[in-house]
Amino acid sequence: MLDDFLIRATLAGVGVGLGAALLGCFVVWRRMAYFGDATAHAAILGVALSLGFSLPIPGGVLVVALVMALTITALSRRGQAMDTVLGVLAHAALAFGLMAVAFLPGARLNLESYLFGDILSVSKSDLALVWGGTVLLALWLAWRWQALLTATLNPDLAAASGIDPEREQLGLTLALALVVALSIKVVGALLITALLIIPAAAARPFARTPEAMLGLAAVVAVASALGGLRLAWVLDTPAGPSIVTCAVILFALGQIVARLRRG
Amino acid sequence: MSLLTARRLTAGFGGQQVLQGVDLSLEPGEIVTIVGPNGSGKSTLLRVLAGALKPTGGTVTRMPGLRIGYVPQKLHIDRTLPMSVMRFLNLPHRARPDAIARAMARTGVAESLAQRQMVDLSGGQFQRVLLARALLQDPHILMLDEATQGLDQPASAAFYQLIDEIRHEIGCAVLMISHELHVVMSASDRVVCLNGHICCQGTPEVVSSAPEYRALFGRGTQGALALYRHQHDHDHDEGCTHDHGHDHGHDHAHAHDHLHDDPAPRHATLHTTQGRP
Repeated sequence: MLDDFLIRATLAGVGVGLGAALLGCFVVWRRMAYFGDATAHAAILGVALSLGFSLPIPGGVLVVALVMALTITALSRRGQAMDTVLGVLAHAALAFGLMAVAFLPGARLNLESYLFGDILSVSKSDLALVWGGTVLLALWLAWRWQALLTATLNPDLAAASGIDPEREQLGLTLALALVVALSIKVVGALLITALLIIPAAAARPFARTPEAMLGLAAVVAVASALGGLRLAWVLDTPAGPSIVTCAVILFALGQIVARLRRG
Repeated sequence: MSLLTARRLTAGFGGQQVLQGVDLSLEPGEIVTIVGPNGSGKSTLLRVLAGALKPTGGTVTRMPGLRIGYVPQKLHIDRTLPMSVMRFLNLPHRARPDAIARAMARTGVAESLAQRQMVDLSGGQFQRVLLARALLQDPHILMLDEATQGLDQPASAAFYQLIDEIRHEIGCAVLMISHELHVVMSASDRVVCLNGHICCQGTPEVVSSAPEYRALFGRGTQGALALYRHQHDHDHDEGCTHDHGHDHGHDHAHAHDHLHDDPAPRHATLHTTQGRP
């Protein structure tokens, strides 16, 4: 069954979509969208370094994304003007990465697949990585759920109850680097943030609790992965952008329905 | 033993010292109020004692296993985070439904609010939900930072009355910040006057006559306090430090009824900043 590239692509799309949607709720609640962007852009630099040093790409991406995420966290604690810092870092990482890739013989050819993803070339080991990572993420979220929610709601409230909000934030930072590393092959560095943000945003008007929002975001992510791959097949369009397009359509429909319900 | 002891505490942000050499301890069951001008480090002190801010110097010793029910000055809930009252009351620990019902009844949160979104509550309702959540921690200490901010005077008097009743019921200590001097003075066992360091502390009677206190708050508030004292003289022995908090409850009876019987409190109209429709 896994020998069929379409089935592998579908499973990879669903796995990445689920992982990104679960974490994406926290990205939305904590207003980390630009943070996600910067971390994802750093992935290109990770790809270049991996190719240059002949390392496995997901490992290199994970390390560089993590360094970026930790750098941003450290700077934000020092009270830097964050949107400027994020803008500088995100584009610095992207520009360095693109230049570094240009030095590598042959790599220039498949640069596009790292920017926009290449879901149809997902291998069995990629698939194992995607689902392993997603399951790991889900288990961690289940374990830390109450603490993460409290820390997201208000760090002081969490601290007074003996929860270390900085530790929970560090966990989210690690999780973000992990999701970026899993997603780059499927949707590419430029569209990872879309998978984080859009399902969560689409779910928001219909959720009354954080758990409901998480569940709905997961549903939106799976539907977008399936619909997007179908769209890509029928219209012969790139798969990553097609998945994101599907998610955007679901988001827009949700906004309209929510508006109508409110009267 | 003391619930909480701070020794030679210093704290601040970005190289600027807000607190210097603060010594403070809190005994079981007492109500201690921190007063002080703006920027005197009241919130900083409370956050350090709650464990939300690391002190830059000195030590905070907590009784092992100490549970703190913390009511922050302002709790901003991002619009992107769906959070019903019921869900909020289950943070950070899932509570039993009957415990939640009790806490809601005790703090005057109407049952019908359970499924409401936190961001749709009025200021008064929101404060009471915060207090209910703090009570669900089964706290040794309730910490309240300007808990009556935005409430009108009868409502805040009723709120302090409620705190005092709860203190007697569950035997917790209360550490709070307030700038409503005339109300606070009557509701506290001990008042700590803070201005970067502790200027003076003691029973309300001692503090209100201390020159350091008068220097900070001037004659104007002194007048308000005198007026208040005048109304309540019959309850107080000079120097008596226990139980006087609840003796004058009958004076606030009108406000108290208003807190419990009215599911949509009248003072709700004061709080339009939360984006109510």
